[in-house]
Amino acid sequence: MMLSDFPLFPEAASTMAHQVDALYAFLTVICGTVSILVFILIIFLAIKYRRRPDNQLAQDQEPPALLEAAWIIIPFIIFMVMFVWGAWVYFRLSRVPDNAIDVYATGRQWMWKFQHPTGQREINTLHVPVGRPVRITMASEDVIHSLYFPAFRTKADVLPNRYRTIWFEATKTGRFHIFCAEYCGTMHSGMIGWVEVMKDTDYQRWLAGGSEGSMASQGEKLFQKYACNTCHTNDATGRGPVLAGLYNTTVALTDNSMVKADDNYIRESILTPQSKVVRGFAPVMPTFQGQVNEEDLLKLLAYVKSLSAPKPATVAVESQQSMQTSAGSPLAPGAGQAPQPTTTGKGNQP
Amino acid sequence: MSSLTLHDVRITGAEGSRNYINDEYGALSWLLTKDHKRIAILYLISITIMFLLGGSFAVIMRVELLTPEGDLLTSDTYNKMFTLHGIVMIFFFLIPVIPAILGNFILPIQLGAKDFAFPKINLLSWYLYIFAAAVGLYVIITGGVDTGWTFYTPFSTQYSNTHVIGVTFAGFIAGFSSILTGLNFIVTIHRMRAPGLTWYRLPLFVWALYATSVVMLLATPVLAITLVMLMFERFTGIGIFNPAIGGDPVLYQHMFWFYSHPAVYIMILPAMGVASEVVAAFTRKKIFGYRFVAFSSLGIAFLGFLVWAHHLFVAGISVYSALIFAFLSFFVAVPSAIKVFNWTATLYKASVSWATPMLYILGFIGLFTIGGVTGLFLAALGLDIHVHDTYFVVAHFHYVMVGGTVMAYLAGIHYWWPKITGRMYNEFWARLAALLVFVGFNLTFFPQFILGYLGMPRRYHAYAPEFQVLNVMSTAGASILAVGYALPLIYLGFSLRFGRKAGVNPWGAVGLEWTTSSPPPKHNFEETPVVTWDAYDYPAMMKAVGETQNV
Repeated sequence: MMLSDFPLFPEAASTMAHQVDALYAFLTVICGTVSILVFILIIFLAIKYRRRPDNQLAQDQEPPALLEAAWIIIPFIIFMVMFVWGAWVYFRLSRVPDNAIDVYATGRQWMWKFQHPTGQREINTLHVPVGRPVRITMASEDVIHSLYFPAFRTKADVLPNRYRTIWFEATKTGRFHIFCAEYCGTMHSGMIGWVEVMKDTDYQRWLAGGSEGSMASQGEKLFQKYACNTCHTNDATGRGPVLAGLYNTTVALTDNSMVKADDNYIRESILTPQSKVVRGFAPVMPTFQGQVNEEDLLKLLAYVKSLSAPKPATVAVESQQSMQTSAGSPLAPGAGQAPQPTTTGKGNQP
Repeated sequence: MSSLTLHDVRITGAEGSRNYINDEYGALSWLLTKDHKRIAILYLISITIMFLLGGSFAVIMRVELLTPEGDLLTSDTYNKMFTLHGIVMIFFFLIPVIPAILGNFILPIQLGAKDFAFPKINLLSWYLYIFAAAVGLYVIITGGVDTGWTFYTPFSTQYSNTHVIGVTFAGFIAGFSSILTGLNFIVTIHRMRAPGLTWYRLPLFVWALYATSVVMLLATPVLAITLVMLMFERFTGIGIFNPAIGGDPVLYQHMFWFYSHPAVYIMILPAMGVASEVVAAFTRKKIFGYRFVAFSSLGIAFLGFLVWAHHLFVAGISVYSALIFAFLSFFVAVPSAIKVFNWTATLYKASVSWATPMLYILGFIGLFTIGGVTGLFLAALGLDIHVHDTYFVVAHFHYVMVGGTVMAYLAGIHYWWPKITGRMYNEFWARLAALLVFVGFNLTFFPQFILGYLGMPRRYHAYAPEFQVLNVMSTAGASILAVGYALPLIYLGFSLRFGRKAGVNPWGAVGLEWTTSSPPPKHNFEETPVVTWDAYDYPAMMKAVGETQNV
């Protein structure tokens, strides 16, 4: 009865929650025991050897070296167990499962904006399905924020200069807190919201309802609006590199270094194109810093991603085949037409 | 008056004779003094005022947090309250409190010296402190600042419209006060020890202040650089931390914590030194494992420089650097554990007095232990992700900084009060205050561990209703704590006029400071002592005392 009014643990609603709680319980037991022992020992010794008329003189003695060594070595071993266990949980919190579905988040003073690949946008509320890993790719439009889900035991700072990702797999349906954990100004404590964990069928129904088109298709419109397609053509004749099949591949730069074309590389190449120029191309692209907001950037990112990596397994085989057929020309278009053939195909034809 | 010979040092208690207080009169004799004892008194008054100011901000915050809604203050005011509470308490209270008050007064006497190596620089560092505090107060009066004491970019450089430059300038100046104090301590400890006072005969308070001074001298310039960059960025928009023109806001966090993590050890190492002094004096024993305790101070000072990025585990550092910094953070816990176990072991077969300073230190050991072990929770990477930037962190550092440093400071000021003023305080009220502080402290901060694990973020003006019960407990504790802190102001002030005369050595303690009169003469000793004994040589002391008088 009382315990439900006075909880010691927050609700545990993700696959990681119980692992973090177990680590916490382990540390609480070890550290609690040590602290209580120190307290008891201090009180016991202070009473037993309190100053009395017949106890005016302390009995001085040198410490046995063994005792000193014991309380250096034993705590160190216990600390290492904590370190390894903590690192193990941290690895699992850091590694996003391969089958995660994507959500995009933007933090700004003082709200959370979420975008789903299918095009739904929401503010301070996030709908996710239960039992499926969700990866959130996020950036800030202004100061540093921190997206925090106590029920999922995870958080990450949201930065204004690059993408961070965070993931969770909800294990029960319901509403759970979203907090901003990094102080961000006046309404920091109002930068809160709810994550709505839904059954997969409900989630699919929610996704189907009303949309301005998928993020990738909105990104494609932006791609044309900013005239990206005049240089980034679908064949190797453009002034810019071909973007089809680019995502998550390794790119050679003019300074002979290699970079992985991940989210942050694509973001940087849009905002400050001069910082990493692909080998064989002139640094002619203008900067889009300050012209494209974070939400539109995420749409452009979704579009560039849609030009590559196929999602469903059956499509993956197809894509591999098309890669093989076009093996002679790695820059050839068509390699990544699989996910949304209608949008990918037409837009980039000059 | 009474006079006895211990280790060939003539101990004199010439009451009514001239001492540092009545040697000269008039405001100028204080404001232009080069006497380290008078400078310590100047610091005592100014740091106490800053403590009351910082404490009043805390009280206002705790009252606001009685209800989940932000109803007493506006969000902007609340944000200024926690910012100013942090800035005042860290830069103007915790960092200087023990070195500048107790260290200034006691260190030269413990070394058997007449003064510091650079008495004028010592006075200069007080003036720098006052100048910095004046700039800080000016900022507070003209509207305050709302960035948090950490001044994270780009909020502080591009978004906050409060007095960021003013307050960082105050921190910049206060840093120089700190650097000069550290420099003075190091040179004095190296060059001004009495004949025969070898390194291993030094009291552990001196070892702790030495380690502290090394950190002050090496880390504080980095803070100065960081704050200059911050001011420059805000003033000119040069873009060091501005992502829109290629800067990196997280770089600021690295630079800030490169100072501010070692600064935590600037705050706690002197407290550990006080603990060693008090434990030895009130158990009449040499500290168990003296050399381990001495070298653990240096170990903490060294390792403290290698753990700064544990403040950035969720800020976007790589998995591998997180691993290294987590490992080193566990490593730095070892020397702290050594100290706790050695203090506790010293009680074994001792003659434990329950005088006020000892009560504070017994509380200190317990609270510092809790503060220390909860640091392990934060170093455990997978757990830190959840509790980072929550009330768990708030509780952890208050256990170390308030449960640790403030408790040790109160122990130290009670321990050396008879030496500083020549008067005894009322023991009953002092013990009552110690009890109130201990109970009030735990009631204030223990619930915050639970709040933090439940997920309440720090720096929240309004919070979710389910967190209210624990917040009310915390505020109730804070009101008890406030009474506990107010009491010493009254009975210590009272003792100045009505307190019993202390005599040379009211505690029956060993140490050069207990061989000179209370208050000490202007030049500390009538003749330079020659030291032929180890620190905490209680058997010899008790033999000598037993022969001459009954303590």
